[in-house]
Formats: sequence, structure tokens, C-alpha cells
Amino acid sequence: MIVGKLSKITGPVVVADGMNGTKMYDVVRVGDAGLMGEVIRLEGELATIQVYEDTSGLLIGEPVESTEGALKLELGPGLLTSIYDGIQRPLPVIAEDTGSDFIARGTVASALNRTKLWDFTPVAVVGQDVTGGDVLGTTPEGATVLHRVMVPPNTQGTIASIVEAGSYTIDDVIATLTDGTELKMSQWWPVRYGRPYKRKLDPTTPFMTGMRILDTFFPVALGGNAIIPGGFGTGKTVTQQSLAKWADVDIIIYVGCGERGNEMTEVLAEFPELDDPRTGHKLMDRTVLVANTSNMPVAAREASIYTGVTLAEYYRDMGYNVAMMADSTSRWGEALREVSGRLEEMPGEEGYPAYLATRLASFYERSGRVEALGDGERVGSVTMVGAVSPPGGDMSEPMTQNSLRVTGAFWALDTSLAHRRHFPAISWTKSYTLYLGQVQDWFESEVADDWRAVRERAMFILQKETELQEIVQLVGPDALPETEKIILEVARMIREDFLQQFAFDAIDAYCPPKKAYWILKTILAFNDAATQAMSRGVSLRQVLQLPSRDEISTLKTTPHDQALERMPELVQQIGEQIAGIEVL
Amino acid sequence: MAAEATLDRSLLSTEYRTLTYVTGPLIFVENVHKVAYNEMVAVLMPDGSERSGQVLEVAGTTAVIQVFEGTQGIDIDGTRVRFLEEVAKIDVAPELLGRILNGTGKPIDGGAPIIPERRLDITGSPINPYRRAQPADFIETGISAIDGLNTLVRGQKLPIFSGSGLPANELAAQIIRQARVKSGEEFAIVFGAMGITHREAAYFMNQFETTGALERVVFFLNLADDPTVERLLTPKCALTVAEYLAFEKDLQVLVILSDMTNYCEALREVSTAREEVPGRRGYPGYMYTDLSTIYERAGRIKGQKGSVTQLPILTMPDDDITHPIPDLTGYITEGQIVLSRHLHRRGLFPPIDVLPCLSRLMNLGIGDEKTRDDHRAVANQLYAAYAQGRDLRRLVAIVGEEALSDTDRRFLHFADEFEHQIVGQGDVGRSIEETLTIGWELMSELPMGELKRVRDFIDKYHPTAIAQAAEMGDI
Repeated sequence: MIVGKLSKITGPVVVADGMNGTKMYDVVRVGDAGLMGEVIRLEGELATIQVYEDTSGLLIGEPVESTEGALKLELGPGLLTSIYDGIQRPLPVIAEDTGSDFIARGTVASALNRTKLWDFTPVAVVGQDVTGGDVLGTTPEGATVLHRVMVPPNTQGTIASIVEAGSYTIDDVIATLTDGTELKMSQWWPVRYGRPYKRKLDPTTPFMTGMRILDTFFPVALGGNAIIPGGFGTGKTVTQQSLAKWADVDIIIYVGCGERGNEMTEVLAEFPELDDPRTGHKLMDRTVLVANTSNMPVAAREASIYTGVTLAEYYRDMGYNVAMMADSTSRWGEALREVSGRLEEMPGEEGYPAYLATRLASFYERSGRVEALGDGERVGSVTMVGAVSPPGGDMSEPMTQNSLRVTGAFWALDTSLAHRRHFPAISWTKSYTLYLGQVQDWFESEVADDWRAVRERAMFILQKETELQEIVQLVGPDALPETEKIILEVARMIREDFLQQFAFDAIDAYCPPKKAYWILKTILAFNDAATQAMSRGVSLRQVLQLPSRDEISTLKTTPHDQALERMPELVQQIGEQIAGIEVL
Repeated sequence: MAAEATLDRSLLSTEYRTLTYVTGPLIFVENVHKVAYNEMVAVLMPDGSERSGQVLEVAGTTAVIQVFEGTQGIDIDGTRVRFLEEVAKIDVAPELLGRILNGTGKPIDGGAPIIPERRLDITGSPINPYRRAQPADFIETGISAIDGLNTLVRGQKLPIFSGSGLPANELAAQIIRQARVKSGEEFAIVFGAMGITHREAAYFMNQFETTGALERVVFFLNLADDPTVERLLTPKCALTVAEYLAFEKDLQVLVILSDMTNYCEALREVSTAREEVPGRRGYPGYMYTDLSTIYERAGRIKGQKGSVTQLPILTMPDDDITHPIPDLTGYITEGQIVLSRHLHRRGLFPPIDVLPCLSRLMNLGIGDEKTRDDHRAVANQLYAAYAQGRDLRRLVAIVGEEALSDTDRRFLHFADEFEHQIVGQGDVGRSIEETLTIGWELMSELPMGELKRVRDFIDKYHPTAIAQAAEMGDI
């Protein structure tokens, strides 16, 4: 056992002497209180340690004990519905154990319930050769998810014994290999290493979010990644939470990384109450929350996104589609910067360490659609959505720019849209996606043949509006010809009746892709009919007074089935109504 | 409450005479043994007076200490240092209400010494997110721009972003005077003044005395000419008292911290003296974390009656909202109230520019049974219409008002009326019903077809629609 002594303390970073034999990123217990920390620099016998807890009151000379292993998570049944801090300590258990409303230092708690019995059904048989990823058996985890108990990666052998179907705890041995290795329902994995897989697949299925602007204009594929940058108050968190609630995936990992306590409470209070639109049970049944609020220790915040992605990969390996939301990756970057500053490293851009880009790249590359290890062709995916909080809303800062280089979609939040309460405040001029070509086939076969064409036309109108607005700013709207005024009107309809979506409305919160497509199609039908009518001399005023225009604006809050049934008729009616207008 | 960080050492404490280096607010002491990080320190001056300090760093046998009262008069040979074997603590008791304390929690009003009920670590511990209760109770501040459009709820932290010369203090005083919750409970006020001037301090004292609020105020006073570094402790002391009153004495506590800009300046001063790698504009890289340990000490806890609501006030240097101080604050707090020089110049009070304002917890505190069913819709509509009016102002500056359509002109007029009637209410309080009624009156000047966001409530609240319905009824 390696035990050293504290020799220097500066905030969350401490130095211990006599630590020869420890490895980088080994977890250590610091001081008599046993605060958890991680080795981040080695220099002779000196080990520099970032401590995950408040270091006030630590004395020089207190012992530092190495656990001789990296920061690991315990993975097994019981993860879902859990609420962890950044280093997988279950917050409800801590509250119960300590009887306190506050988090005291040095608290230790098991990540998984050790006494709970799980109904295990074996799949593997005695004599079978198994390797990492092979399924030993299954156990239902909650009402909706079938937990596949897998052989840990890097393990192989022949099964010597396996238990019969029945109830077991995660500490019970459920199988042994001929070499004597005991396998349990839970396994450990170091957070800073990606879990292995057979091979990466091309992402081709869209990650459906229920948000019209994202699904139609800037779709992401399952296994892709996106960032949502925006200044404060632009709706990053609301967007992230909406995605968590409605995204069409099997498992949700939500990481509150250095964010507000009350916001986390909102998630904690709301998710267990929310009905899951996919299964009819509670959303929480397929969710893991990682909550490391801004006032919790900074080093644990740095670890929290790795904790999140490791959890996501574990379920991916079972063959599930997992979405991971990280709110906000900027806080993670700042934690990195803070620790780097304490290490007195040479700062790069804006004080961030020079390795920021490398770390970001290796983090985002842990997303992807993969063929999992083991028997049976299991395909799973991890889709990542990272919020970015650029200081002062200035997107040229290092976190945003470095994230952009490694992610596939950019959902830019716009402060001016937020100010006029246009939500979601996602800018249609600045955002982009690189997945369009990959998911287009899916949309054209599942939604409509002309999906891409409709999307492109709507984008064109919005683009045109931006140009025209510049002219209007200079000369006023009256200077425009009627044919251009109609573009402004139609663009406004697209903005108000299609892009704006109210996350708190029972119906509008989620919009299926078909409905989104038809709303857009209806607006475009109006545009076509109106333009045609105006070419035969009908005035803009007459067109705008059309009753069906009001109906278009109510479509998004009309129940989905009803709206879908109505819209093809409406398209026809609009054509007829406009054709029926007499030229004055 | 916070875990007691006791240090297990002998009762005899050693005095060190081993100062080697003094810079800015810091002193370096050599050959120390068993010194704890963040430990409090007494600095015994050559002239016999005593100052207090805190250990910022220990490396081997060297301790770096920040001296709260400044290092003037400290010398290398004569000054002695005694380690107090505890981290920074404050005495708390219910009798603190009505008292005036200095920036580190010592009474300065000439009253009796405080008999401590408990002695608490001022750093506090983070509230377990799982134990937090969701803020949900509407606080009526009596100010339309806040109640109507950026509602404050109990347990929220909502800063006021001010500029130099803008009446943030007057606004804070008005909120202290008028704030009440639906149940009618009064707030206990914990006021943390950091680096404010004598004039400002006198203004607040005067306000508290004339309104009779003084007996429910705990006033921490660090004036502009008090030691800079001392104010690093002031908000932590204030919040420790606030948490004690809220979660042990079941009170509803409103914490006002003024001015957070001075706090951040002090933070920068210490950081620079320590020769740390500077972040944006010279502020230390850990400023976000540091601020969050202050702002996050607001909220409600499950099963507890009390709550801590925070209204920090900060001055945006050069009215720049992207300056690191307002920027980092905005990322931690649940919204912000922004004051506008433009409105102030036009004589409107309170000069709140509602467009950049936000209350993230608003939706939790409004609606049927809390305020009124149409509250959300009215707020959205007023926002949208005002934003449109403001856009048109820019247009008018170029093309003139004649070029506008009738509808546009009405929006333009709406923006003016909005500023005068909703925002510029003056020094009077308004109930939320009054605020919403005024909102509807203003909206009734707009074409009914434009009121898309309040469509569902037009029949119930739109003055013209109600009048028409009444007429129809008569016939």
C-alpha cells in the first residue's frame, strides 16, 4: 500500500510526498477525513492531486493513501433512476445516511444498492466459450428496460458454472469461468477510458427530438453529436431538458455539470413525475441523472462528464440507443482551466490549458453508433448533446470553437430571439448540421418523398427574409414590391407558426416529424397560392385576410392526429379560397 | 448544517515571528508546523494591535496568509502570527436580527455582545441537490416590471445589474419595503454591504428606520474605506446567518448583497498578489467557482419551512453586460434584472430594461391560484409587443414615422406607454392584479388580431371585448 504525506495545499489541488509507485489518475484518499482525489501530476516522489471535496482544514503531514486504481464506476442493474454526483456517489443515499440536507465532506456511499434482489435469467450455458461483451443473462431493470448482464471487456474463458434463474444481489457470483474468474451482475470500468466495441457504424437514423426546428432543419443522427451554445438566458437548459423528455432513444443520461442547484431540482422533481411518451411508464425509469452543481467541488465537476459518458457507453453495449445531455460543457472546461491554473501550467488561449482541444475531441469521439462486443449482433449508439455557455455570448471563445471542430451539428442560440421570446431561440441562419446527407434517406422513406425539397424551400424563404429585412431597415417596408412583401409575410408564418414551439404546452412540446413536415407544407401551399393570385392582380391585403391563415397558426397546438388528418384538406382549401378571391 | 471542521491540536498555540515576505494583502510565514488550509490567523502588530487573516496556501513549512485589514504597518521583524486552529466561523443567534455587524460579523452598533447559540463555519456546505425543494411561491415585490414580467419566487437568486449612477439601491430599498409572500409572512432581511459608501449605508439605515424594518434586518457593513480583503468574508458571513435563520429558525430570509463588483475586485486583488495566472480581465480563473459558492447558497429544502432568497446587486463596469462579473453572475443566478441608463435619463423609476431581464423560475411561481391564469400569456404578449415597438423605433429614426403603417404606429406608441405605465411606476407599490390590468389596458390599444399570445384570455380580460360582451348582453 502506498501512503504518502501532504506537503502542500492550495485550494482543490494538493501535493503529497512519498508517493512513489502511484500512477497517473490513480484515486487517492487525502487526509484523516479520507477526501477523495485523483493524481494529476507526478514528479519524483511528489504527486499532485486534485481533490473532489473542499480542502479547508487539511493539515500538512496528514496521510495520503493511494487506492492504486483509476477513478472507476460500478456498472450494473440499478443505475437507472439513480441520481449521482460527479463521482458516482448516490445523492439520495448520502442524504439518508448522513441525515443532513447538506453534503458533508468525506462521505462514502455505494453507487448501487447492494441488497436489492434482481430476477436474473441466464442465457449462457456451462461449457460455452465467452469473451468480453457476451451476454450471461438478463434482468428486468424497472418496468421498461431489459438489463443485459455482460461479460466485462478484456475477460474471456469457458463457463464452468452459471446460476439458475432466480433472485440475486449484485454481489452474488452468477457465473464462474474455468480459470476461476468469478462474474457478478456488476462490473467496474475506469471513467477516462472509452469502453471497447467491435466497430463503428455510419450513423443513418435520425435522432428525433420532437422539436420542429431541429428535426426538420438541423437533424442529428443517432450516434452523432451536437452542441448548443448560447449566452445566459437563451434557453440552453430548457432545450436540453426538452430533448431529454422527448428524444426518441431508449436511455437518457443527463449530466448537470456545474449548473444551478434549483435547475437540477427542477429536473429531479420533474423527471420522476413525467410520463414517458414512449413506454407509458415514468421517464425516470430509463434515466440516470448526474448532478454536480456549480458550488460542489470543482474537481468532481471535471470528472462528471466522464462519469456520464461511461454510463452511456455501458447501456450502448447492451444494444440500446442512448442520449447523453451535458449541461454545460463550458463549466467542465472551466474546471479544467481552474485546475490547470493551480498547477501553474502555461496557459493557452484565454487561460484554458493547451490540451483543451485534445480533451474535447477525445470526449466527443466517445459518441457514435457501434456494433457492440460479444455475441448477437447488438447495435447501440451514444448521441451527445453538449451545452456550451460562451462568456458574454461571444462564440469566438475557445470552448465553442474547439467544440465546433469535433461535433457534427451546431444549434446556435440567439440572444435577440430570446429577448423577443421566440423559443426555442435557435438561430436558423447560424446553425448547421453535417448529418443531413446521412439521414435524408430515412426522412424520404418515412415522412415524405419531397421532405428535403420542402425543407430547402422553407430555408430559402427564411434566408430571403433576412436579406429583405436589411433593405427594410434602410428604406422601410413600403418600399418593397408586393411580391417581396408576401415573402416577409410567409417567413413570418414560418417563424411564428412553425419554428416557435412552446416547451410547456401539453401538445406543442412534442411534434412528430410528419406533423412538422405537413405544417411546413401547408405554409408553403399558402405561399404558392398567394404568389399566383397576386400575379393575377389580387392585393396582398386580400390574401392576408384569408380565414385559413388563422387556422395555420393553430395547427401546432392541435392534437397530432387531428392536425394530420386536417392538413391535406387545408392545403386544398387554401388553394380554393385564394383562387376564389376576386381582383378588386 | 456545515460539518464542523475541528483541528485536533494542542490548546497551547505558538506565536511565529518568522515572517519573510510581505506583498499586497499577503504575508509569508516560514517554519510553521501543522497549519491547516483556510485556517484563521491573528496577526499581532508591532504596536500591540491585532489583525485577522486566513491561510491561503501551505507548502511544506511555509504558509501564505491573507490579512483582512491590509498589510500597512506590518514589518518582518516585529510582527507575530498566531494560528487560531479553526477555519473562519461566525457566532449566530436569533438576536442577530436588528443588529449591525462589521464585514466579518462583529457587532459595531455599540449594543450588547451577541451570546452565540452556535458557531458556524462560514464556508458552508453545498445543499444536496436531492434535498432541495423546488421554489414555487410567488413573491410580490410591488414592482410591475418584476412581478408582471420577471417574477421573483422564494428561494431564487435574482441579481440586479446596475451601472454607476443608476438607482439600484433605491430599487433594493423599495423591494425590502414591499416584498411579501401570499401567506403574508414578512421577510427577515440579511444585508451584506461590501465596499459601499457612507452615503449609501446611511441611505439604507434611514430607510430601515423610517419603515420600521430595522428589527428584522441583520446588517453586515463593510464600507468603502474598510479593508478590501475583509469583504471577501462578508457575503459568506451573511449567507451563513441567512441559512441559520432560514433552516434552523424557519424564517423567510431575503439576502441583499451590495455590491458584488467590489467583492470581485477584492478577489482579483488577492489573486494578483499571489501571482496567479490571470483569467479574463485579470480576474482569477476560479472566479466562477467562487461566485457560485456564494450565489448557490439560496433555495428551499424539502421539509423545511424557511427559505433563502438572494438579490445580489452589482455594478456593470461601463454598463457592459459582457464584462466578466455580470457575465459569470448571469450564468449562475436564475435570471437578472437589468437597469437602463436610457430610461433613467428619461426620469423613469425604476429604470428596468425588461428586454434583457429574465427570471428563470417565473413559470414555477405564476398562474392560476398563485397569481392569475393569464399571467404567463400577458407577460409573453407584452414582451413581444414591446420588442416590436423597440425595433420600430430604430426604423423610425431612419425613415420617419410617416412611413409606418397604422399597425406599426400603434406598436410604436405601445412601447412608449409601456415604458411610462408598466415600467416607470415610480415609488409606489402595485399588486399583481393591478399590474395585469394595466397590461391589458395597454394591449387593448393594439389590433386584436395581433394579440396572438393572449388569444385564449381575450374574452375574459380584454377591456374592449368585455365591454362589447356587456353591450351584447344588454341587447
